[in-house]
Amino acid sequence: MNLVINTLDELLAHAHELEREAVERYEDLAGQMEVHNQPELAELFHKMAAIEQQHVVKVESLAGSQPRPLAPWDYQWQTPESPESVPVGQGHYRMNPHQALTLVLACEERAEAFFAELAESTSDPAVREMAVQFAAEEKQHAELLKEWLARYPEPKADWWQDLDDPIAQE
Amino acid sequence: MNKAEPLIARYSHKDYKSAVKPIWCPGCGHFGVESSLFRALAYLELPPEQVAVVSGIGCSSRIPAYTQCYGFHGVHGRAPAVATGLKLARPELTVIVTSGDGDAFSIGGNHFIHACRRNVDMTLLVMDNEVYGMTKGQPSPTTPADWDSKIAPGGTGVNPFAPLAVALASGANFIARGFSGDPNGVARLLVEAIQHPGFSFVQVLSPCVTYRPEEKFWKKMVHSSSVEPTHDPAVAGHRLLSDDGFTTGVFYIGNRPTYTATVGTSDNDLSAIEEELAI
Amino acid sequence: MGSGGAGSITTGSLLLEAAGQVGWYGLLTRSVGPQIRGGEALAMVRLAPTPVTGHGDRYDVLVALDWHNASRFIAEVPLDDKSLILADANGGDPPPAILATGAHLVTLPFTDLADELPGARPNLLALGMLSELLGISMDSTTQAVIRTLSDKGLSAAHATDALAAGGQLTTTFPHTQRLAPPKPRDTGRYWLITGNQAAALGALRGGVRFAAVYPITPATDLSEWMAPRLQKLGGQLIQAEDEIASMNMVLGASFGGIPSMTITSGPGLALMTETLGLAVAAEVPAVVVNVMRGGPSTGIPTKSEQSDLNIALYGLHGDAPHLVLASQSVADCLTTTQWAVQLSEALQCPAIVLSDQFMGQALTICERPAPLPDAPPRRIASAGSDRYDRYALTEDGISPMAIPGTLGRQHTADGLEHNAHGTPSSGAADHLAQLNKRCTKLEQYDYGDAWAEIDGEGETVVLTWGSTAAAVLEAATQARASGLAVKVIALRLLSPTQPDKMALAMRGARRALVVEQSHSAQFHHFLRAYYPLPDQVEVISRPGPLPIRPGEVLNLLLHGNQS
Ligand SMILES: Cc1ncc(C[n+]2csc(CCOP(=O)(O)OP(=O)(O)O)c2C)c(N)n1
Ligand code: SF4
Repeated sequence: MNLVINTLDELLAHAHELEREAVERYEDLAGQMEVHNQPELAELFHKMAAIEQQHVVKVESLAGSQPRPLAPWDYQWQTPESPESVPVGQGHYRMNPHQALTLVLACEERAEAFFAELAESTSDPAVREMAVQFAAEEKQHAELLKEWLARYPEPKADWWQDLDDPIAQE
Repeated sequence: MNKAEPLIARYSHKDYKSAVKPIWCPGCGHFGVESSLFRALAYLELPPEQVAVVSGIGCSSRIPAYTQCYGFHGVHGRAPAVATGLKLARPELTVIVTSGDGDAFSIGGNHFIHACRRNVDMTLLVMDNEVYGMTKGQPSPTTPADWDSKIAPGGTGVNPFAPLAVALASGANFIARGFSGDPNGVARLLVEAIQHPGFSFVQVLSPCVTYRPEEKFWKKMVHSSSVEPTHDPAVAGHRLLSDDGFTTGVFYIGNRPTYTATVGTSDNDLSAIEEELAI
Repeated sequence: MGSGGAGSITTGSLLLEAAGQVGWYGLLTRSVGPQIRGGEALAMVRLAPTPVTGHGDRYDVLVALDWHNASRFIAEVPLDDKSLILADANGGDPPPAILATGAHLVTLPFTDLADELPGARPNLLALGMLSELLGISMDSTTQAVIRTLSDKGLSAAHATDALAAGGQLTTTFPHTQRLAPPKPRDTGRYWLITGNQAAALGALRGGVRFAAVYPITPATDLSEWMAPRLQKLGGQLIQAEDEIASMNMVLGASFGGIPSMTITSGPGLALMTETLGLAVAAEVPAVVVNVMRGGPSTGIPTKSEQSDLNIALYGLHGDAPHLVLASQSVADCLTTTQWAVQLSEALQCPAIVLSDQFMGQALTICERPAPLPDAPPRRIASAGSDRYDRYALTEDGISPMAIPGTLGRQHTADGLEHNAHGTPSSGAADHLAQLNKRCTKLEQYDYGDAWAEIDGEGETVVLTWGSTAAAVLEAATQARASGLAVKVIALRLLSPTQPDKMALAMRGARRALVVEQSHSAQFHHFLRAYYPLPDQVEVISRPGPLPIRPGEVLNLLLHGNQS
């Protein structure tokens, strides 16, 4: 599927949904980590959600209002979901901050790629200009995340091991 | 899908999500289904208090309490019956059943068949992970015959059943399959299913990362249907029976009349009935 | 009695209807063979100038259209040397056991005469004969026949002729005794009704507007009678795929705010018990009318027994306080079922109403039951934006229930243990609090005097329940005539138990008789578990299908266990 976005309205609608979904997914992950007794990761994801929420607000101010949402399946993502969201099925209850940040970094990189590709494919100069700007911001985040990532050790080889069996319920 | 577009969205994802946090394993496909459900409801702009989410028992069946809608978390396998009673009593509500493959096809198999057949206007969403998650990894009616498990070492030796084909044969009015790794695709299926009159059945392949970690590879196996949905049950039947089980999309859109024996009001009181008994 | 399509049950009900027209009270029950059609069938009719709720100890007249397989019924038709048997001459030989009763046998040409008369059938001749014997005007009988049989092609003239010819037969045998007609009554105050119909009507009066059922004898005729009438009131009765589904549909509809019920018998109740536990935990009102038959398993589906008491009281898993009520007569099926709906709605708790085949399928002429006083309706939460705790711990244990569609009151009704808000919780404190709440709401409620029917005074107390009450009340009346002071306590509310009220009712009791129709004395054990009984206790606990008769209760009352 080729990306065809030629109006600012459409671009802002995409940017808005991208950031909004990122918030949604980070909050979900934060909740999952709370439930699974990983307060440090819960905090990390809450923080990510807060950062993305600022972006939501920023897009809204650029647009002058909350952009009118498209149907969820009408967004032109090149990925199953909006690029800045951690995909469904990722995450683990024993992951460590390094792994969490790796997931987050991948989101920022996908977002950057999305805007960069959009900038290239659009025929509208205003759209291109804004897309380039968005891509640059995402790249900046990605760089920052790489710094954070370097501060956390990689997981041990047997990081996923749990000596207890899962618990049967209900 | 026609809808008058409002200037701003009346509802968003957040309006459908409750404060109760899922107990699901991080990575579980059911998270994606939950997102899809919220997106579909937001798209349809259904007021949360006008939606009832009814379930049985299982990891998948935990969804009602995670929604900000009215919920009913009943006993194992019987949610379609609860939903039938509710919808007949309150036809103006949007009624959605959320279930798992064990809940809907094994213990609830009879209700599944008869709900399809009765064709009450509701949507059955089955999160199919081909395993019993909640009880620690036993085979379900959709588990491959040779899947090794504690309870059935070496496999059950019993062929899995084809829920979509069963639904078609039983009379479901809308039949679709989605994949939880594609929440927007599932949202679209749900929107169509909810909008279509009568009984709609949506199977969502939803990996259980704990007991079926190999299902993570489903994302490489699913492929969307290359053909348009059909109104012809014979064509749908052929497709469903020759399908590999990983095709996503809408398979069948029927036009059977919806069951309409709903509770209403009446000006009659009991006097005429009591008069029949007089001697 | 008769077989092969002789129409004996129709004969019995026409007789009852005609008798009702001229002012008799009466009751008809039936007993049938296992065949679907053409089997042997027996209609037992009792008429009296005062209300009839059970059968007596003997029958005055037995009309036998034929004797095929009649020995099946011998135990159900006690006859003696004062009884009269009117049998068709072509009907074969009476079983020796019937003759051994000493009853006076007269053979009559029912079939021969019917062959000669156009449109006549032996059972119509028998009906004409019985009307004449009982002093019922031919007019009322003819009307009853025409009302019922005209759509089966019987012309009025033929009916009149056949009934008259039957009446003429009474001149051919030396039975001179005729009943004096009863005192005329004002019309309109009386009903011809079965217990199953009465239960349906009680449910409708109580406000039930949705029912989901699965057919099972002897409860099906309740559902069938109710279905079209529910529709007239804007409601619906639907046939589910099984009893598990019907119970769950009922919970769904009730969760939707509509008072709802299901109708079943023992095996069906067994299938419903898991869902009844859910109704207790999720606090969803629901009424189950269970028309008992002989059990366990398929048992004796067409005959009565009081053996579902245990499953109704104790059949739920977990600690699951719920309502169990029992009807005591055909007319009481209405009152008790209506009360059950009221209680279930007010207490947000499932109610099981125990009826039985005897009452359910008995056709009676009874006085129109008075309407019950209005009860507090289901407590509903109205729309709002403040915090809503679905399972709030209130003083009386009842918390307002929000009905789907109500803004700002969304919650999940949950069978998982939960906290006051409704969020699943496995914490000990939440479990205890909710268990207490569900128990308290049933215990604190004021059930008034309806918990039991109490009759008479005396140091001898008979404790009974259900349809057995009829025989007990009759025996008590006879015992009083013999000088024994007897008090009868017939329980209507079996759960929750009423220890204070029972203590009051039992004050001064020195001797208790327990009368029930169950092999394992379920009621006796229940009483022992919950209520103090005096030292001297005698028990009649007989299984079905034979009804408990006044004579055996009287015998025990007057002579004790040694007789
Ligand atoms: C009557 C009854 N039998 C058995 C169970 C145990 N049980 C709970 S969930 C479940 C299976 C659920 O599997 P599925 O529907 O596939 O849902 P999943 O957990 O995989 O999402 C079983 C057998 C129960 N709760 N109730
Ligand atoms: S056990 Fe499986 S189905 Fe259940 S929450 Fe975990 S991953 Fe999901």
